[in-house]
Amino acid sequence: MCPLVVREPEVSAPRFGVKHRLARGGHVLILAAFVTFLAFPFYWMGLTTFKQTRDLIDITHNPFVFNLPPTLENLRVLFYDTQFGQWIINTVEVGALVTLITLLLALPAGYALARLSGRWGQRLGIAIFLTYLIPPTILFIPFSRIIGSLGLQDSLWSLVLVYPSFTVPFCSWLLMGFFKSIPRDIEEAAMIDGLSRLGAFVRVVVPISSAGILTVVIFTLTLVMQEFVYGLTFITTSSHYTVSVGVPTFLVRGDVYFWGSLMGACLIVSLPVALLYNIFVERFVAGFTVGAVK
Amino acid sequence: MSASIARQRAAAGRNRPWCDDEALLGRMLLAPAVIYITALVGFPFFLAIFYSLSDATVGSTTLHFVGLRNYEGILQDPTFWRSLQNAIVFTLISQALVVVLGKILAMALYGDFRGKWLVRLLILLPWVAPMSLGSIGWLWIFDPVYSIINWSARALHIFGPEIWPVWLGQPDLAMASVILVDVWRLLPLATVIILAGLSAIPQDIHDAAQVDGAGFWRHLFMINIPLVMPIMLVALLFGIVFTFTDMIVIFVLTRGGPFDTTQVIASYSFFTGVQGGDLAAGAAISLFLFPVLAAVAVVFLTLARRAEVA
Repeated sequence: MCPLVVREPEVSAPRFGVKHRLARGGHVLILAAFVTFLAFPFYWMGLTTFKQTRDLIDITHNPFVFNLPPTLENLRVLFYDTQFGQWIINTVEVGALVTLITLLLALPAGYALARLSGRWGQRLGIAIFLTYLIPPTILFIPFSRIIGSLGLQDSLWSLVLVYPSFTVPFCSWLLMGFFKSIPRDIEEAAMIDGLSRLGAFVRVVVPISSAGILTVVIFTLTLVMQEFVYGLTFITTSSHYTVSVGVPTFLVRGDVYFWGSLMGACLIVSLPVALLYNIFVERFVAGFTVGAVK
Repeated sequence: MSASIARQRAAAGRNRPWCDDEALLGRMLLAPAVIYITALVGFPFFLAIFYSLSDATVGSTTLHFVGLRNYEGILQDPTFWRSLQNAIVFTLISQALVVVLGKILAMALYGDFRGKWLVRLLILLPWVAPMSLGSIGWLWIFDPVYSIINWSARALHIFGPEIWPVWLGQPDLAMASVILVDVWRLLPLATVIILAGLSAIPQDIHDAAQVDGAGFWRHLFMINIPLVMPIMLVALLFGIVFTFTDMIVIFVLTRGGPFDTTQVIASYSFFTGVQGGDLAAGAAISLFLFPVLAAVAVVFLTLARRAEVA
């Protein structure tokens, strides 16, 4: 065989030596350690959810197994004795409205920043990004008075109004990066075919931007679900809580913790979103990094 | 002179009709977002500055201008200095851990292996779960009586019969615990971002390195880390912002205790401004978050751009 032909696929095929096996073992070990650290609290939530309270608080019991039969009592308490169902509905409603507002504002803004503006657009893009760095912990004090004077205390509309203040800047930035990655030829071809710039954006660019839009939707919903500080400050009636505020405030009374129900609530909220994330994670990652590195 | 002629010629050359509207359209598309952000971020931000110079409280509707009195009070408040120090320690340690661990985990996740989707699902969980609920999960894990960590350590004879740490009740342990929870929460995001950076390295470069006989460490330090650096900085930027301004982990786990040893600026501002009712002092404390964040952001944007140009 000619010695120059070295870069054949066989060169990088798996080697079955000791070194290779060691590397694989190390790989598995590293992954196992990380998965244990990151997922253990959720495993623990699952176990706690289905345990009887008497089982949980007996320190002579082995906590890793069911010493008493599993029970659905904690979930019954969660759904029938608390307003957990209502909190989920509230969260979904607020999430849907905030997502809508975010898309309506961030899609055109992201496109304008990517295509229709020169140097000042770049500066404005950075300015928009910087506003994202002003945290709720600075803004909630003035907001508490603004919401009061608008008569929106204890109303879900206060959250619908305020949440886009952190979703719009981030999503505009994200979409700007996404639109920059779309070849200009596509719009130029559409405009040569007679569409205006606006028409090309609405009819050509938006339809092929489903990955970017999806990223924004998932990101917005996640941020809304996670938000705690504004919800805690503006909302005072239990039936108006969102999930992330209702569970820790209503189920934690003084020093009494309903551990089973608390853990069940956290698990029920986290798992569906995690599955959704996982299905779209490639797009999510692509959208995220394009947005991040411009 | 010649520049302006060139510009005129360029403008005349672009004779397609939509060109004239380009700048206008750009402004129109941008206006709604800019107005919304100005009204809901810019305006309250300046209101926060105004409040910090006033005597606003939760109860009263009137307020008076008091100059820098609130700031003078804060600068003489030992709890504030403690909070500032805690916030810096909390952020630096947790983000150093997040970047190093995130890099390791991203490299372990790079490439294909069986069960990858399940591993990815499990690893993303802490980022997806609402922080207030995830923190409550840890509150149960750190429980002074029923802590699973203590039970396991004793069962495995790591802890002797005398050792039963109260994770959230002892100053150093409490800080270590909140840092652990913050790392747990932000590691998935950093990993996902760094993984995307790794995936963006062209395969040619890896091939070339292999042909040149680069070993694992050489490959790591000469290729992997330098090429992923800009995006790692982005991950770090997000991490620092989320950690430095966060109060949820502290609020749920320790309420700043024991003895303010885990109090950070964000939580101290909340306890002063909302629970203490002193909106003015709370606003003044929270404003100490801003210059740090702005400086961090400027540094990172500059570095990221420089790395991109090079």
